[in-house]
Order: sequence, then C-alpha cells, then structure tokens
Amino acid sequence: MKDLIMNKIGLPRLIITSLFLGVFFLGAALGLPVAQQITDIIKRMGMYGILVLAMVPSIQSGTGPNFALPIGIITGLLGIVISLEIGMTGFSGLVGAVLISLPFAVIVGYFYGRLLNVVKGAEMTIATYTGFAAVSAMCIFWIILPFQSGTMKWPLGKGLRNTFPLDNSYGLILNDFLAFEIFGVHIPTGLLLTFFGACFLVYLFTKSKVGTETLAGGMNPNFAKASGVNIDRNRIVANILSTVLGAVGIIVYSQSFGFVQLYLAPLMMAFPAVASILIGGATAQRAKVSHVIIGVTLFQGLLAVALPVANEVFPEGNLSEIIRMVVQNGIILYALTKVNSNGK
Amino acid sequence: MDNCLLQMKNIEKDYGGHKVLKGVDLSLKAGEIHCLLGENGAGKSTLMNILFGMEVIHSTGGYSGEILIDGKPVKITSPKEAMKANIGMVHQEFMLIPSFTITENIKLNREVTKHNPVSKVLGERLKTIDTKTMNADARRALDKLEINIEEYAEVAGLPVGHMQFVEIAREIDKTGLEILVFDEPTAVLTESEADNLLATMKKLAAEGIAILFITHRLDEVMEVSDEVTILRDGELVACKKTSDTSVEEIAELMVGRKVELNQKEKSSSEGDRKVLMDLKNLHVNMPGELVKGIDLSIYEGEILGIGGLAGQGKIGIANGVMGMYPTTGEISYNGETAPLNDTLEMLKKDVAFVSEDRRGVGLILDESIALNTVFTALKVKEKFIRNFKLFKMQDGKAITSHAEKMIKDFDIRCTGPFQNAGRLSGGNQQKVCIARALTQEPRILFISEPTRGIDIGAKKLVLDVLVRLNKELGMTIVITSSELAELRTISDRIAIVAEGKVAGILPPDASDAKYGLLMSGISDDPGKEEK
Repeated sequence: MKDLIMNKIGLPRLIITSLFLGVFFLGAALGLPVAQQITDIIKRMGMYGILVLAMVPSIQSGTGPNFALPIGIITGLLGIVISLEIGMTGFSGLVGAVLISLPFAVIVGYFYGRLLNVVKGAEMTIATYTGFAAVSAMCIFWIILPFQSGTMKWPLGKGLRNTFPLDNSYGLILNDFLAFEIFGVHIPTGLLLTFFGACFLVYLFTKSKVGTETLAGGMNPNFAKASGVNIDRNRIVANILSTVLGAVGIIVYSQSFGFVQLYLAPLMMAFPAVASILIGGATAQRAKVSHVIIGVTLFQGLLAVALPVANEVFPEGNLSEIIRMVVQNGIILYALTKVNSNGK
Repeated sequence: MDNCLLQMKNIEKDYGGHKVLKGVDLSLKAGEIHCLLGENGAGKSTLMNILFGMEVIHSTGGYSGEILIDGKPVKITSPKEAMKANIGMVHQEFMLIPSFTITENIKLNREVTKHNPVSKVLGERLKTIDTKTMNADARRALDKLEINIEEYAEVAGLPVGHMQFVEIAREIDKTGLEILVFDEPTAVLTESEADNLLATMKKLAAEGIAILFITHRLDEVMEVSDEVTILRDGELVACKKTSDTSVEEIAELMVGRKVELNQKEKSSSEGDRKVLMDLKNLHVNMPGELVKGIDLSIYEGEILGIGGLAGQGKIGIANGVMGMYPTTGEISYNGETAPLNDTLEMLKKDVAFVSEDRRGVGLILDESIALNTVFTALKVKEKFIRNFKLFKMQDGKAITSHAEKMIKDFDIRCTGPFQNAGRLSGGNQQKVCIARALTQEPRILFISEPTRGIDIGAKKLVLDVLVRLNKELGMTIVITSSELAELRTISDRIAIVAEGKVAGILPPDASDAKYGLLMSGISDDPGKEEK
C-alpha cells in the first residue's frame, strides 16, 4: 500500500502537497481570509500556466526542460511592445500581440533548436546561458529601438521603461472575461479557458504524428532512428513550439499582472517554470500535460499562500519578501535535485 | 595427477536458475600451456570469473565445487585474493591507463616506495615513489619478453600489440606468479604480433609458469598447447592431449549437434530462386562488429542464417543494411540499387529490422506495448493515423485494437496494451519487437539475436513464429544468431562470418567439423557455396 502511494504520487509531490496544505491551514488559523487565498491561487495558476506548458514539448523531444524560456518571453514582450506602439487595444490588441510575436518566436526557436542539436548532452546548461545572453542583449535593444508611444517611453531621455501598465490597452482583459464570484472566490474564467485551451492544444500535439515521433526520439533516440525518424528535425519543431508557448505565456502573464516588465525581468523566469513541471511529476526525460496542471497549482499555490502567512508571522518590514525568496528558491532547488529521478 | 598446480573440481554455477556451468573439471600443471575452448556462452568466462573471485559470481549466489592450488583447497572471493594466490590474467580489453607511462602501468597499485621526512612523521601513505627501482623492475619484465620499448614511454599511442605485452609484463612483474590466464589475447593482434606472443607464452611456460589460454583460433591451439579442454553449454565435453587430436576433431567437439530441436523440412522450390537482395563488398563501421567486405545474396522466400563468433562482424550486416551505422559498398534490392545509410528509405521498401539490442534499440521501455508495437508502421506507412489534411493524429482506437490482436497472436504475457514494455520479461519484450516489425508488413525481415537471454519456451515460440511467417506469407527472413544450433534448425542456408567476411555458406546439415573450421576463419575455399 505504502509503495503504491509512493509510486503513484511520488515523494516530491507528497512533500510539496503537505507543505502547501500545511501553510494554507496555518494561514486560515491565523485569520487570513480563505476566499482571498483561493482567489490568489487560481489567478497565479492561470498566469504562470502557459509558461510551464512550454516545458512539455522540449522535454518530450529529449532536449530537457526549456531553460532558455527567456528567449520565448522576449519575443512575446516584443509582440506586446509593437502592438502597443501601433495603438492596438482590447481583444484585438491581445491577439495582435500574439500574432506579432509568432514570427519572431518561430525564427528564434528554429535557431535555438539548431543550437541544441549541436550541443547534445549539455542542453540544460547551454540553454540556461542562451537565455541569460539573450536577456542581456535585449537590454541594449529595449533602449535603442525607436519606439515612440508615451506609455512605454521614459518621459525624459531614450528607451523603454522598466515597467509600464497595460490598463489603457488590454490589462486584465482575459481575467475579467466572463469572470464571476462564488463564495467570495473570484474566478477569472477567460484566463482559465485560455490556459486549459492551450493545454488541450499541446495535448493534441503530443498525440499527433509529429508529436508521437518527437516523443519516441526523446525517450529512446536509437529506437526512433531504427524506425527512420529524423530526430534532429523533431527537436527543432518541439523547441519552436516551446518558444512560441513562452511568447504566448508572457503575453497572458502580462495582461493578468496588468504590467509589462522589460530588461532583466525575464532573466530568472525559466526556473519557477522548470520547478513547477518537475514538482508536477515530470522528469528531464518525460513530461505530460497533467504534470503541468498539477505542478503549477502546487508551486504557485504554495507561493500564493506562503507570502501572506509570512507577512503575518514576520511583520518586520522587508523580511517577508526575503522569506518569499527563500521559499521560492527552496522549492526550485528541491525540484532540480529531482530532475533525473523519475518522480521518486 | 598429484603434481597439479591448479585443480578445479566439479564446478557448478547458475544465474537465477539457469545453469551455466554443469560440473566442470580443470587441472593445470606447472609449465604447461592449457587451452580452454568453447563457443560464446559455453561457460569459459564464467569459469575464469570464478577462478578470479569476481564480484559478479559472489553477488549472484557464488558457485559450488572445489578449487585446489598446490593441492590445498582455497576459496577465492575477491580478485585481490586471486592475486595473492599467484594467479595473473591478461585481459582481452586492455586494462591500462593511457596517459601513464609503461612503468607506471606495470607498477600500478604496487608502487615501490621509500621513506622521506614527511612520511616518517605522517605515515606510510606519504612515502615517495622510487622511480628508479620501478623503472628497473619494468625494464627487467620487458626484457624477459624481449620487447624493445622504452619503459618511460606513455601507453597512449603504443600499437595494440605492444599494449598487450605491457599487460603481460605487468603480470610477470608480480613476484611468485604461478598461473597466468590469457583471455583471447590474439584477437586484436596482427599475425606477426600474434606469433611473437605465442613464442613468449612458450618461453614463460618453459620457466615453469602454468598458462591457461583462451582462444578461438584453432591453429594457435595446435601450435602452442599441451592440452585442450573443451566446454559446450556449460559442460565439459573433452579434455585431451593436443598431440592426440586434430583441428577437425576439436572443431566438431566445440560446435556439437544438439538433438532436442527438430529439423525444419526442406523448402521444395530449390530450382529457380530469385535474388531479392544482393550485398556487394559491404563495409560497416559498427564498433566491435566491423564488417569488412561482405558479398552475400539473399534469395526470395528463404530463411538465411548468419552465424559466427562474437565480434566477427555478423551483427554488423543487418545494422549496415538498415543504415544504423556508416556503411559503404553496394546493396541491390529487388533489382534496383538501394540507398545506403538511409533507414527511412529501407523501411519504406518493406525491409524490417529487429535489433539485437532489444532494450537499447528495439523498445521504448517507458512507453506502452501499444505504442511500441505500432510505432514503425505509424511513422513509415502512416498506418493508425487519422489524417486531417493540415495535421495527422494518432488513431487511438485502431492502435489499441491492433495491440490487443498482437498480444493475443503472440501470447504476450502482460496486463494489457498499456503496460510499459520495460516491465515485460525478455521473451515477451522480444515478441513486442517482432510484433512491431510485422505490423510494418515487411517483405524481408532482418532479425538479430532473437533468442538471446530468453528462456527455452519463449525461444521455441519465437522460432516457430519465424518459420510460420516464412511458410505462410513467404516472407524472406535473415536471422543472425550466436547460437548455431538454432540457426541449423530453421535456416535454409547458413552463412558463417569470420573476421568481417563471409567465410563460407553451408547447408544446415553440414558436418560439425565444417562449421567449426569456418567459425575459426579457416576456409580453404572462401565464399563458395557447398552443394
């Protein structure tokens, strides 16, 4: 019985789940509003979901978790910035941002995939630093690109601002679509529909012919080769898809956040996403859409409840922010130790 | 027989119920060269592992029987103890550190040391290495072998022949060495190097060292040995004085006909046979199984067996045809020239392949039986696909029902089509591999080592399936196997591969001696088919 539970659920998920529930009930006992907590959990899940989903194709293709997620994020940010520059707002603005980012994401993803094919065996490290390098390079471009829109530019001098609001364009547009309240819990229907819709599309990809070949190439390259599969091509396709999901993910994230963050903001965004899918039960070799949903709920859920609880327990000034960092990086660290352990 | 240096009596060993040694005796006198012969899997290495107290023996339940050295019973439980008992071994694969000098390799872990001020205070482990004495020792060992290389040269970059001698020098440098085992030392050597080695062995024997010599080259056996012991299927079949026997007799004893399996009936249409695939001067660069210029015709509707000893290249043929390893030469298939190094094209031409590496190439262990079964057909023939023009989806229902049918047809013992292939036993995994190849509906099937590591019941089933496919569907089958007996049961013709080339093609009922000779690469009329 004990073995069965261990094999079905896996120790990491058991530990994180109990931690999550523990902190949640601690919060309730401390008198924090439960409905608000649940609202936060659901919102964060929808916000981060697609970024975590971007891990599925890359893991399935055998290139491991997409540590170079920031490059997808940058193409998404580029889509947002261009859509705002040409004055798009509302739903058409959101869709415009996605459509504009697509060609960038496809091209960048293609070259990223080619890069990974050259460095087989060291994908994870190379990917991490590819992301870092891209973020740093873009810091220059955010300054020198000739954008003119008042909401995005520094009032004085050149370049785009670090952070600017989306409230006049498409901030919260998905969150508020068909949103309703039940028992005081705010349900961001549009956001959830988008997330689950994306999940379904990725699921369809894994069941398509290309997706099946990609999966086989990732699980056992020799097997795939003996069946005549062009593994390198599939790895490129999967990483293009992953990059596109990164771009769409940051657009959905930004509208939900209400602000766009440029410059160094994307630098570390791959790590929570990687940690989420690992906690969800994936390994560096094997990932499913269900791992995404479980993982993002647990990881973001834990962060969402840990912050107010930490505030309550340590009211002194800045300490809660530090505690949040400790918790978040602690979970990431723990998840990364499980990267090759088949979920046990 | 009381002057025996080493005696192994009634040695038995089983691996998980499978007996690999069934009461083997071996005795070795000082100063004699004793040859140990047998096919792959006959139990030679297991016997040597027991003699050396290797980990693999003791972690699998030990052995039964008795080992006597100088008449005293000993129990060797680790390689270190074997060394203490003055047994040395020259390995087939060189156990040398390339970036060390010859001296350092010879003296590895037996370094000569002297005291220095620090070690006097802080203990033995900090003593200085006495390079001078070590070099002198190494020189002495090399001189004994009459090898003219500098003891301070690095091992990396030495010709293989010299590496072999460094190994021997390491063994004879050990003081008091009494027994020296050579495990196929000549396999990697050129002819002149091998001659050198044999001369050295004779010299060592003359100095009173007992030598146990494992080889596949029968002419070497005749040249140097005093006695031969032949194993087959873990049984001792003969122990003879070399002077009382002949190459033919040894070959026959090694191969030995097994009686239990029934002969396949002759296929009737002998006359007008059509060549389905023709291999010309095929070279395959598969590490460990190099193919060095094979010419072979495969006739439509036959079962062609490919046999030979391990490492001789028989495995490389199917892998080369399928483009799994870099291949040069010429393949003509069905009258056309077939592409080389293009797996997909070969599969599209209805050529199927079941790899010898079941777990590494044949299966995705962490995926379902269903996916494993249909994958190649799905990829190559777009079967089990629902085509929506823009994109193509798996047809889950068709996949499941096909997998269920295969499970029933082949009697695959599993919990259902969604069980992971990695959880199945070896025999059932093999059935999944064959099911995958058949789902592709091939015209010609290359199948390598189909019965390796599976039990006798599953073995029979797998072989029966092959015969049935051949008879009922007229499928051409090329089966590569290390088990000659199995090839002889089901094949129409058997090509024996030695040293990367076809040594000869024999009918299944040719004499054991002929097979034995071909397998050791002795063929007076290479490439000619026997009628």
